[in-house]
Amino acid sequence: MSHSLFYLLSFITLFFALLVVFAKNPIHSALYMVMTFFAITCQYLILNAQFLAIVNFIVYMGAIMVLILFSIMFLNLNQDTEPQKSSLLKFAGVISAGLLMLTLVGAIVKTGGGDVPFELVNSNIGLVKNLGKVLFNEFLLPFEIASVLLLSAMVGAVLLAKKDIN
Amino acid sequence: MNSLTNRKKVLESKKMNFWERIYLPAILHGLSITMKHFFKKKTTIYYPEQKREFSENFRGLHSLKRDENGAERCTACGLCALSCPAEAITMTAAERKPGEEHLYREEKYASVYEINMLRCIFCGFCEEACPKAAIFLDGDIAKAGYKRDEFIFGKDKLVEPIVK
Amino acid sequence: MDIAFIIEKLILISAILAISLVIAMYTTLAERKFAGFFQDRVGPNRAGPWGLLQPLADGVKLFTKEEIIPTHAGTFLFVLGPSLSMFTACITTAVIPWGQDLFLFGRNISLQVADINVGVLYVFGVVSLGVYGVMIGGWASNNKFSLLAAVRSASQNISYEIAMGLSIIALLMMTGTLSLREISEQQSGMNWNIFYQPLGFLIFMICSFAETNRTPFDLPECETELVGGHHTEYSSMKLGFYLFAEYINMFVSSAIMASLYFGGYNYPGMHLISNPNVAALIGVAAFFTKILLFIFFFIWVRWTVPRFRYDQLMKLGWKVLIPLAIINIALTGAGILFFGK
Ligand code: SF4
Ligand code: SF4
Repeated sequence: MSHSLFYLLSFITLFFALLVVFAKNPIHSALYMVMTFFAITCQYLILNAQFLAIVNFIVYMGAIMVLILFSIMFLNLNQDTEPQKSSLLKFAGVISAGLLMLTLVGAIVKTGGGDVPFELVNSNIGLVKNLGKVLFNEFLLPFEIASVLLLSAMVGAVLLAKKDIN
Repeated sequence: MNSLTNRKKVLESKKMNFWERIYLPAILHGLSITMKHFFKKKTTIYYPEQKREFSENFRGLHSLKRDENGAERCTACGLCALSCPAEAITMTAAERKPGEEHLYREEKYASVYEINMLRCIFCGFCEEACPKAAIFLDGDIAKAGYKRDEFIFGKDKLVEPIVK
Repeated sequence: MDIAFIIEKLILISAILAISLVIAMYTTLAERKFAGFFQDRVGPNRAGPWGLLQPLADGVKLFTKEEIIPTHAGTFLFVLGPSLSMFTACITTAVIPWGQDLFLFGRNISLQVADINVGVLYVFGVVSLGVYGVMIGGWASNNKFSLLAAVRSASQNISYEIAMGLSIIALLMMTGTLSLREISEQQSGMNWNIFYQPLGFLIFMICSFAETNRTPFDLPECETELVGGHHTEYSSMKLGFYLFAEYINMFVSSAIMASLYFGGYNYPGMHLISNPNVAALIGVAAFFTKILLFIFFFIWVRWTVPRFRYDQLMKLGWKVLIPLAIINIALTGAGILFFGK
């Protein structure tokens, strides 16, 4: 049951991810991306990681994609105004993406990810309570450092956006 | 510069104090005002059933008048049509036949008399122009309709009924 | 997962959908009626006694209007926009606990479609999804005003979501759970959260006004600047969906405010009633009374407060509500530390 669900969801995820790349219209790309994120959210759900699922839903689908759509709408991109990239650039893009894929596949093969989909040892680890306990006990320092990092990024963004710093 | 009337008021834009700045008291005040209106007596007049009284000089739909014997007063002189700024009036004149004296007061009368109520602006110039006191705007409010034809009022609608 | 369970849930889902649609329908009437009352008028009163059939008349009117799709609009997205708005408005009702359990036919029937243990977050997720309806519709219309409205509504929703989330964190710190059912249960009797979280409630309420695009924050459909906003190009029932979704959203956010801060289905003296079914039914009635009061408040505010200017809106969201919400979190933390709630 959950295996076939997993394969279905993976198919949907990859399908929409490919559409993101191949869609001509950037808005459509962004909307396919939303669908991809939605499929990933469902993947989290079948892993019983409710908190991650919902946060993925809120942050990625609800906020980040809205912001991306928002900026695309302002740019008025469409087929006619899209700058034609040189074929050298396209070539380089294909090469680097291929290399990345090679690395990923290699990594998966190396870690011995067999033909069975990944399964959690402790299936309740994704619930809010457990996740919170883990985050604020074992991983407190990295967690706080990450938040400081985000804060400094935010301050930097505000500084950049301000017209005159003095 | 001196103002001409010396009545101008200089508005001072003073800084808002704390209570004004948090804005909530003002909103609460506004809410209380609207709530007061919620329970007030409604001023609505339910139009087709109830009617507001017309003022003395209200100008409504036209009516073509009859004299004391019940004969139509209009003599199709065309002065009303001429004075009409909206060119809403058209008419066709005809001669009175012997034996029709009880129908038409003058020898010439309007066999067709039409007012296009979509053009008319109810200015009352026709009423003022008429030398025979034949037309008055003493009727009701113009009715609504679905077709344009319905707004061309012929003699059937304009001439006042005979009062016995 | 027996048959009875599925039937029970199906009945519950259809009942909730029907109730929320009917309430939304009559909210449109109530809005116009109360608008009349607030302005010393009587409001619509021609269709049926006191105008009670007015929503039906409106529905018939919208259904029979001509369906227009602009030539340069993306057809699929153009239709998707209003449907998405309607859909996201409806699915939030799934996690709201409408009442205590009923005991019928020897079964324990829960008056909540799904008690997922991240209920509050689910509501947030759906709310954050709601903006897509407006954005897609506004973009697909291929109209400057619609696009501006879409952009406005996107930034407005995102900005106010933050303050909303922060205000609710303070509440969650006290309740210690994300399940709406448990939050409701904790407020039994008169132990309502509003008494512990007045500031949080204020922020939450202001944000829900902004999230539902109600006046004073109805900038996405600001008639004076943007013609009709995101639904300028829409006609017929697609327009109806947009308008209707707003009213359903209003109903849902009233329900959420009632269950988070005003005790949900709890009412004073509920322990005195011995029959659990009667107590539960009175609870449902109490819950709906609270919801209707909130809807009335929404309408009341709409006919009192004028619309904000866009920069004022942003200033309020980012410079006032978010800092206030953070202060509220700190205060709540201190309160929990010293009084141990
Ligand atoms: S009221 Fe004025 S506009 Fe109307 S028919 Fe008479 S003259 Fe013409
Ligand atoms: S209504 Fe008066 S002004 Fe007009 S044609 Fe008749 S008599 Fe002349």
